[in-house]
Amino acid sequence: MQLTLEFGGGLELLCDSVKIHNVDVSPNNEVDKLTMKDLLVWVRANLIKERPEMFMKDDSVRPGVLVLVNDCDWELSGQLDTPLEEKDVVVFISTLHGG
Amino acid sequence: MAENHKKAAGRLCYLCNQRRAALKRPKTLEQFVIMFGLFVADSTVLAYVLSELNRRHNYGLDLFLLSVDEGITGYRDDSLETVKRNEIQYGLPLKIVSYKDLYGWTMDEIVKMIGLKNNCTFCGVFRRQALDRGAALLKVDKLVTGHNADDIAETVLLNILRGDIARLSRCTSITTGEDGPIPRCKPFKYTYEKEIVMYAYFKRLDYFSTECIYSPNAYRGFAREFIKDLERMRPRAILDIIKSGEDFRISTSTKMPEQGTCERCGYISSQKWCKACVLLEGLNKGLPKLGIGRSRGLDNNHWKDVKQSNGTKNIEGKQCGSLDF
Repeated sequence: MQLTLEFGGGLELLCDSVKIHNVDVSPNNEVDKLTMKDLLVWVRANLIKERPEMFMKDDSVRPGVLVLVNDCDWELSGQLDTPLEEKDVVVFISTLHGG
Repeated sequence: MAENHKKAAGRLCYLCNQRRAALKRPKTLEQFVIMFGLFVADSTVLAYVLSELNRRHNYGLDLFLLSVDEGITGYRDDSLETVKRNEIQYGLPLKIVSYKDLYGWTMDEIVKMIGLKNNCTFCGVFRRQALDRGAALLKVDKLVTGHNADDIAETVLLNILRGDIARLSRCTSITTGEDGPIPRCKPFKYTYEKEIVMYAYFKRLDYFSTECIYSPNAYRGFAREFIKDLERMRPRAILDIIKSGEDFRISTSTKMPEQGTCERCGYISSQKWCKACVLLEGLNKGLPKLGIGRSRGLDNNHWKDVKQSNGTKNIEGKQCGSLDF
């Protein structure tokens, strides 16, 4: 599944300072749909090069990291259960830095 | 805070005409306003919103951007580039004041001397004063900063943890220093950081964001993370903490520090010398621990002293004061 991932607010520093990643992620098995929960596991394993604790806490993003799926706050679409579809755009923005 | 209420009591709400107005339109059209920014999201959004409102409604405000150059290689020089772009984008004159010019020291030099512990104390104390001095240089009559609801809630918690009664009672005021020459105002006091960052994202505002290379103060970092954890469980917690801070009443028998002026530089201070002067004196004399906690000269290394003084009354001591005033 083709997805566009964007990292901002300093999170890009965790993945070689690249902000926009065009990636191909496939669901764990053919039946299940890909959800945000799966994507986070994938991102952590494949894109995050350093300090993963700045990005994730337990099985979700670290509190203070905003997630937008197709420019919609993921808190409105079910957070970890948000289903992902072909060509979706997922944005991660950290708010954890100075004023 | 009580005084603030008295001052504001004259004007009633335009809609209900019963309660005190919570929002006021600027009355005088010649007011100078200035904003300070590290120019991460909050200050950038503040600069954008103020200049936009000023333009759209012809407030006639003279706006300036004020930024502080702490002299941190690889962190500040990048972010100052962003500020310079903001200067052009919003068409607002920019003033940069540097630690080097004001104090003769850059943060790089300070860290070289004192190491990575307590460096945020220096940076915070110096920044606060640098702001006021920069504002004075520009001859403005108001200073606005981008502190958001998350910052205020964090500061309330920190002041409780430190037992800093004096700051606890004033850290929730929207405007502080009204009796001084340049009052400071926090228009985003009730605005969640989340909303501000979302706004900046959707408006595609150009802002800089990186963690300071000299590592953010751990103590504040814990409070920050705690606030974010709370927000996830119950978003209202942030506003509730601010409300708690606002409703604190300090017992009248509590001895409060008296606000005076520094004998050396004339800046407001509750002690004989202001904190910046004490810290600076320490740096210049080669005794950088002077002014950190209960200082006893050269032999005291590390936290021991800080810990001791935290338990006692340490009104003027603050770690990483970039966010509170």
